[in-house]
Amino acid sequence: MRVSLFITCLVDQLWPSIGTGTVEVLRRAGCEVVFDERQTCCGQPAYNTGYRTEARVLAKRFIEVFEDTSPDAVVSPSGSCTAMVHHFHQLFPDEEDWRRRAETLADRTHELGAFLVNVLGIDDVGASFRGRITWHDACHALRDLNVYDEPRRLISNVRNAEFVELANADSCCGFGGTFSVKYPEISVAILDNKIEAIEKAGVRAVVSGDASCLMQIGGRLTRRESKVRALHLAELLAAREP
Amino acid sequence: MNHLSAETFDQNAREALLDPQLRGALRNLASVFGERRKVAVTTVPDWEGLRERARVIKDETLAHLDQYLETFADNAAQAGAQIHWARDAAEACGIVSELLRERNATRVVKSKSMATEEIHLNEALEAAGLFPVETDLGEWIIQLAHETPSHIVVPAIHKSKRQIAELFAEKLGIELSDDVAVLTSAARRILRQRFAEAEVGISGVNFGVAETGTILILENEGNVRLTTSLPKVHIAVMGIEKIIPRLIDLDVFLKLLPRSGTGQRLTAYQSLITGTKRRSDEEGPEEVHIILMDNGRSRMLAHPITRQSLACIRCGACLNACPVYQQVGGHAYGSVYPGPIGAVITPQLIGLSKTAQLPYASSLCGACREVCPVKIDIPELLLHLRAEVVEGAASGTVEPVTRKPLERLIFRSYAFAWSRPRLYEWGGRVMRVLQRPAMRDGRIGKVGGFLSALVPPLGAWTAWRDARPLAHRSFREQWRDQQKDH
Repeated sequence: MRVSLFITCLVDQLWPSIGTGTVEVLRRAGCEVVFDERQTCCGQPAYNTGYRTEARVLAKRFIEVFEDTSPDAVVSPSGSCTAMVHHFHQLFPDEEDWRRRAETLADRTHELGAFLVNVLGIDDVGASFRGRITWHDACHALRDLNVYDEPRRLISNVRNAEFVELANADSCCGFGGTFSVKYPEISVAILDNKIEAIEKAGVRAVVSGDASCLMQIGGRLTRRESKVRALHLAELLAAREP
Repeated sequence: MNHLSAETFDQNAREALLDPQLRGALRNLASVFGERRKVAVTTVPDWEGLRERARVIKDETLAHLDQYLETFADNAAQAGAQIHWARDAAEACGIVSELLRERNATRVVKSKSMATEEIHLNEALEAAGLFPVETDLGEWIIQLAHETPSHIVVPAIHKSKRQIAELFAEKLGIELSDDVAVLTSAARRILRQRFAEAEVGISGVNFGVAETGTILILENEGNVRLTTSLPKVHIAVMGIEKIIPRLIDLDVFLKLLPRSGTGQRLTAYQSLITGTKRRSDEEGPEEVHIILMDNGRSRMLAHPITRQSLACIRCGACLNACPVYQQVGGHAYGSVYPGPIGAVITPQLIGLSKTAQLPYASSLCGACREVCPVKIDIPELLLHLRAEVVEGAASGTVEPVTRKPLERLIFRSYAFAWSRPRLYEWGGRVMRVLQRPAMRDGRIGKVGGFLSALVPPLGAWTAWRDARPLAHRSFREQWRDQQKDH
């Protein structure tokens, strides 16, 4: 299967090991991976802040770039950015053609974990990682894309790792895009519930499917000098710790 | 912590976060009501199917609301009720005070109602020298304390038992006691007296059934039953969106509402009121007045996206599920309707100029949409309103607090630069150099002073969280390296 990577701007610029991990895992799963360097951002920050004109510019560009690659599937290590592609059609209430193109693209755009399990039928990618780990459900993967079991199945099959459920794994980490800097005090108050649960879980790493949540959680963990690591699903699945 | 403005949501929230008593009270909200709801929804088969049906009924009703309203009004009148139409809050309040004045009524009891909160009925009546007594325990507590409700269903959720004990000791002259039974029996003693002497009872409405002209009100304390049956006159204030077509539709809504709101299978009382006391009835009001109130609702009805706001049955489940509400409570929203549904309804009721912060008071996590018994897509509505804020600020229709020239500039530049991959990539490289002075041990700690003033979001982020710096080599650079090696 020919897979086009939608790497997301956050991963590209801030957390490239998630990207290389994604490539590694997809190749291990037998995919041919392509990366179109014309891609930048899906426009979600603008869309979620109310800047629809700006979001539309980026969405149209995104659609053109990924149509041009014409892969079997577009795969992204982000539930949130994948969900944005699924929302694209809402940006074009009066542009029939663009709406249709947006919907066609959304149909073959998948979040990494859901792609592995639901499209490829693979829930073991031969990863190994030492220690106890837990999972945080990123909101958009969970509630916009209905991704719940998929990452759990993948994680449970990681060798040497002990998976424990996080208390209130499905509650928000408080990131929320520009919300995190518009209302930093509320964002962090919400976050601290998450941090408390993670610390109680006694884990080596907290794993999630979105770099944005992981920056929120990880940034607070390091600020509190915690030993728990924030780890992306792609990094975990690419890991081959002896 | 009272009568706050929606315009200062950020400040209100900051203060709420510093109030340990409030946060203690709110901690129980998610665990108690959230958990009870989770259990309650499993006690009925096919919860998802019920939600679906409820929404279909609401959509159908809203699509033909004018007809259903007429049918309701005709049937209610047939049963002896008098129908009044109110375009806005002022008209609705005017009708109530006129009804009271005509009857020389001064002793008025009232049951909890969001519609009357919405139109600030008590304040309007107080201005006319009338002092209706709230009879729902929580509502009475906040009336005694001269506060406003902080929750749609549990209005005094922000108060601790201790605070209520002190309030009762001060206002009622009873001995200070932490015993709930002592407190409630004091309330009962006083309120029973008020019921006995009341000339008029004012209530809200949960559902208005078009085919019979019946109104239904749900409650747990029995005070609604007393308010609507003891006094000679009953006045019900009802938003026009409360209509459902048929009596049988209650089968769906009575399964959904108590489970979603309080985690009950059914509330202790359901009062179905069809017109006035009949000859065969032993008790009941001789006059029933139903005020059908628009107050901004037809505006919501007009737009296909905002229309779903009118499907709300005021259960409060979205408040209990909302991570923001759980932290800051209801008063911070500075509006009658707090929480996610409040952030959606309030701006539509009173305009975005004074409420522009509310649509942004959400992490868009979607927990509200997940629990909503009528499947309102609250995140979609929040995004719709955010777009209205931005577009309204640009065209000058939303004024003046929402003008954010810096934010606008940032998003314009972002859309421009990030449509051009080379510019995007060079931008990243420049940032990598600029961030160096702020980096320590591979992370960016608290940035103060100059840098924080220059890039406010960075200051806001790093005040409590480390920031992840841009990587030495971006993914695309690493990809290119790898392609070269092959």
